[in-house]
Amino acid sequence: MINASMPTNLAPGALARFQDDFAHALLAPAGSLATTIPPTMAALAAQPAFAVYRNTVMKGCIDALQANYPAVARLVGEEWFRAAAAIHVREALPADPTLLRYGAAFADFLARFEPAAELPYLPGVARLDRYWTEAHAAPDADVLDPAAVAGVAPEALPGTVLHPHPAARWMWFPDAPIYTIWSRNRNDEALDDNLDWRPEGALLTRPRDTVEWIALDAAGCAFLDACAAGRTLAAAADAVLEVQGNADLTRLMSRLLAAGTFSGMNFHPQFKEVHP
Amino acid sequence: MTTALTAGLGLKPQHYDAALACPAAGLWFEVHPENYMVAGGPRLAWLEAIRARHAISLHGVALSLAADAEPDPAHLKRLAGLARRIEPALISEHLAWSTWRGVYHPDLLPFPRTDEALARVADNVSRTQDALQRRIAIENPSHYLHIEGHARDEIDFLSELARRTGCGLLLDVNNVYVSARNLGYSAEGYLDAFPGEPVMEIHLAGHTPDPNLGAALLVDSHDAPVAPEVWALYARLIARIGARPTLIERDDNLPDFATLFAERERAEAVLRTPLACAA
Repeated sequence: MINASMPTNLAPGALARFQDDFAHALLAPAGSLATTIPPTMAALAAQPAFAVYRNTVMKGCIDALQANYPAVARLVGEEWFRAAAAIHVREALPADPTLLRYGAAFADFLARFEPAAELPYLPGVARLDRYWTEAHAAPDADVLDPAAVAGVAPEALPGTVLHPHPAARWMWFPDAPIYTIWSRNRNDEALDDNLDWRPEGALLTRPRDTVEWIALDAAGCAFLDACAAGRTLAAAADAVLEVQGNADLTRLMSRLLAAGTFSGMNFHPQFKEVHP
Repeated sequence: MTTALTAGLGLKPQHYDAALACPAAGLWFEVHPENYMVAGGPRLAWLEAIRARHAISLHGVALSLAADAEPDPAHLKRLAGLARRIEPALISEHLAWSTWRGVYHPDLLPFPRTDEALARVADNVSRTQDALQRRIAIENPSHYLHIEGHARDEIDFLSELARRTGCGLLLDVNNVYVSARNLGYSAEGYLDAFPGEPVMEIHLAGHTPDPNLGAALLVDSHDAPVAPEVWALYARLIARIGARPTLIERDDNLPDFATLFAERERAEAVLRTPLACAA
């Protein structure tokens, strides 16, 4: 996660060289240092106390991942989680000192992490943990009052665009009951022995202070994708019916409105030209 | 504004309710601004609620002032934005580096205190003070390594930094104790030589022996009560330089609010009657 826009005004002096070598010694395997850094830094890194820095940096990164991915950690256990996290840390060190945001690439890492191959639901669970964090730290915004939508004239409704709340996140998982696995672990609850292995989707948002979530089907996810793309309710309805021909649009909308999924709405200025 | 501050506490999410309700006069709370650099949500809402009742200090860990590079402008901008929003009583950072070539290392890393480093740190402190439009305090970190190539001792370096930039200093008494033990010098001697005038804030915290090396290496772990030796050093310091806003830092192995508040009361007692406490 090296920042591409890093400062270009680095002085070529001794301090910069010290920091290059020190940073390398912090993360390189201890046995390799004698051959990869100058002797003075290798000697510094050989002092027993150097381990305090190595341990603090690694622990800080792993602690952050464990805090940001609690459902994943609960599923695999602390020991497995921290071992996997240590590997990820070496691949993708934090670029942002706000460690709440650290680990954006962790789900992708788990998806290609060999020892996790027998846990194919793990990346999906990680994505929902990430959505929780994003919803938690998203900008504050008012929630669209369902009564305001109910008050829209019927002829204006097809040309209306609903704006997803800045905290709203949703995803459809076609291969596994990710919502059930994630939400049970997030709530520290046990999974049923006979878990129904079916596709599931999830919606997370933060209508007030706290992140809340509901299960969402493929039609609901398609609806929100359309809304997020700035499309009208008429177009969003088409998208829903494409996914699920018998979808109950009225029920879907009232469920989403009740969950505080939207922050506002407008009437699409070109609607009449698109749908004369 | 700072004259009203007595002893304060690090603010932890587990203690938000108790912190908000605590009526003690002069009580203030310190946070790492990095934990509140979010667009919105409950973290900021809590900080603002507590700010409405108590003074806040922003104690940064990521400006990386001792890196041989300017502070990340985006990070500095976020810090300035948070400072505008919270209007903190104090803003502080460390004589250390953490971010380097776009990577954030979550620690306070050491460097050889050369003239080159002094020029760079002074420039970085000045840039920060310009961006924030105020004076900040720079903290002495804990030391573990014997580093070759120091041209100045730490007090000389910090004094010259304060002279060049007008910055204040944050004197962490536990860090002095830990560093003196680890590197083999006198903590009393260090504290007696530390310039009192620029000290804007004092930190007190707990430390622990290294799990592998034992008492030969003390780690500034912030996971234990302030040690008796550190209390004694603190009382001696206050008797010499007078009262300064003093923070009890605790980040791990967190006790309940009342236990931390009792430590805060002890620091407050030293600030009220330093000579009796230093006896």
